Amino acid sequence: MLASLGTVLTLARKDLLLELRSRDIVLAIVVFALLVITIFTFAIELTPSRSRDVGPGVLWAAVAFAGVLGLNRSFAMEAESNTLDGLMLTPVSRELIFFGKVLGNFAFITIAEIVIFPVFEALFNISVLQPETIVIALLASIGFSAVGTAFAAVSVRVRSREIMLPLLFLPTSVPLIMAAVESTSVIVNGGSWSDFSDWLQLAILFDVIFVIASAVLFQYVLEE
Amino acid sequence: MTALPKIRLIWLGVTAALMTLTLWMIFLWVPTEINQGNIQRSLYFHVPVAWVAMVAIVLIAVASVAYLTTRDEKWDRLAVAGAETGVIFAALMLITGMLWAKPVWGVWWTGEAKLTTTLILFFIYVAYLMFRAYFPPGEQRRRLAAIIGLIGAIDTPIIYYGAQLWERAHPSAVVGPLSESDSSVDGPIGLTLMVATLTFSVLFVYVASERYRLRKQEDEVTSILRAISLKRPRTPSSSMDNAETISSVPAGGA
Amino acid sequence: MNSSTDFPPTILDPGAPTSGVIAIEANRLEKSFGNAAVLRGLDMTIRDGEVVAIFGANGVGKSTLLRVMATLTRPDHGNISIYGRDISKQAEIARLSLGAVLHSPMLYGDLTVKENLTFFGNMFRVPELTERVDEMAARMGLMRRLDQRIRELSHGFQKRAALARALIHRPRILLLDEAETGLDEPARLILDGVIAEHRAAGHAVVMTTHSIERGIAGSDRVFVLSGGRIALDRPSSQVTPRDVTDLYGDTSLIGPGGA
Repeated sequence: MLASLGTVLTLARKDLLLELRSRDIVLAIVVFALLVITIFTFAIELTPSRSRDVGPGVLWAAVAFAGVLGLNRSFAMEAESNTLDGLMLTPVSRELIFFGKVLGNFAFITIAEIVIFPVFEALFNISVLQPETIVIALLASIGFSAVGTAFAAVSVRVRSREIMLPLLFLPTSVPLIMAAVESTSVIVNGGSWSDFSDWLQLAILFDVIFVIASAVLFQYVLEE
Repeated sequence: MTALPKIRLIWLGVTAALMTLTLWMIFLWVPTEINQGNIQRSLYFHVPVAWVAMVAIVLIAVASVAYLTTRDEKWDRLAVAGAETGVIFAALMLITGMLWAKPVWGVWWTGEAKLTTTLILFFIYVAYLMFRAYFPPGEQRRRLAAIIGLIGAIDTPIIYYGAQLWERAHPSAVVGPLSESDSSVDGPIGLTLMVATLTFSVLFVYVASERYRLRKQEDEVTSILRAISLKRPRTPSSSMDNAETISSVPAGGA
Repeated sequence: MNSSTDFPPTILDPGAPTSGVIAIEANRLEKSFGNAAVLRGLDMTIRDGEVVAIFGANGVGKSTLLRVMATLTRPDHGNISIYGRDISKQAEIARLSLGAVLHSPMLYGDLTVKENLTFFGNMFRVPELTERVDEMAARMGLMRRLDQRIRELSHGFQKRAALARALIHRPRILLLDEAETGLDEPARLILDGVIAEHRAAGHAVVMTTHSIERGIAGSDRVFVLSGGRIALDRPSSQVTPRDVTDLYGDTSLIGPGGA
């Protein structure tokens, strides 16, 4: 058990080290998300009340769309260098490889959010840096990385994987996006934990189901 | 191959007869609903079609699990048949829903939970079919498609739960409560709805099984092509005694 | 010799020489890609202590066969066992005794040689990994390049690093798919040394090569793959290059000593 955890950490650390060297993924997520948010500041005339109405939706749409880019890279990188084969040659169980990738992707999305949230807060003038939103952001990142990792592995061998991944990832993540948007909405409008407990439950439900389901299905993904 | 067409013919006949009966019931037999008028007859299409779309998802889920455990191609064919037919029925559900919503509620689209869920599912299964179109045929495609189909099916109840929460959080977005309009499904209305649901289910089975058969024939063509490709490279029957047969390459030292 | 890892239950027993034990046994392997059938009912047996060369015309399925042996590609039908264990059921154990150098180096371009070897060593839970990495680097002549990133290395040195990666966990079976391609003379000598050592230790080597003369000279047993099956299986001492090329069929354009 402890040894398995060590393997997962080794896998994730490898991804983080690669990211530190290339900066492909986090930078892409951050820049793309900020672009989406910036474009919306022009598309919508932001009065304080309108910011609170549409802001949460804009924020999470930006994170979800930008996240796809990063998720895409995380497996494309392994496929291009054929290191996916290298990983497959090791006796490490496929679930652990999956969890290693999920952990890496979770870290990338979370790091990107750490940059995105303050900038969003400044541009939209609504306060999203609160304990409640941080919890929701973590839950969203877990779900995004679980579903995203599974689908990134599924679409890595498709001709046009850049198109395929968002088509698979976005509709599947709708419940999680709904939960994140609605919770954030409640929070920026001054609500407290009990006001969005249903949405919190939905996010947790989504995370638990898809972490388990993706881990189980992942072994079937990587066969050739 | 001789007995099969007869069964198909009978099934087609049953479907056609039931469809005729259903159309008669919907347009001539069942009394017009007092509040909504004739437009309420959309119900007899909308609800059965929605039901069939849900059945299709269960079918895809079952076929996908069966494929992953047995690796038998027939389950993959069943999943494709379910997905292609299911996408059509989901689209019909959305279209009838919108056509019904416009005159009654004044809008094409509302945030009603079942409509939202079907819309999302429609997108998931369109992606499923696009994936199949993009990916070269073979075991890998069948396996990966099964995974997508299964994730979509697992997602369905979660999406529905989310859509219900959303509907509750935004009552203003749902213009007229759908539940009121079908609260009085008893008597002739209930009977017509039941018959229509049965008919559309039978139609679904007919269309899906025809698609399954077509898929099977496509696979047979593929395996014939493969058998032909097997014959192409020459295989010497014996590894000995063929010194003067094909090759004229001299054995040379480096 | 340190093999006392309990992950997964190891089948390595590097103590006694095991020459003669069946290392790889393939039964009626079939594999198709789309409409093209590559393997069709292939049977073969490879024993410990043997160096085996597999020949065949381009596209006949040598690489596919090696990928199946390496547990990377799953056959459509048939099975393959490594030391008596069916890899479709016990792949994780089989992988412990397999080391493979395939067409690409399978290394992370943005990691250094040392980081790559340490990472893959960790994946195999190699004991005393630091020493093992140094040992492999010294063996492959990579000592001075340990801290260089893979993408900065020449093709030949990438190949050496790939060989080090394949050997990091002391595999009993070595799979080499045209491993000598792109190697300079010193590296080729290292490769030959590794193969000879592997044989001397009573382990198995399976290789494909486009140089028929070298392959025959450097092996104990020759297989020729044709039409998705083994068309020739004979001790190398009884095989001439002509025997091999004869089986390449009409499509073969490979001349003597080609490439």
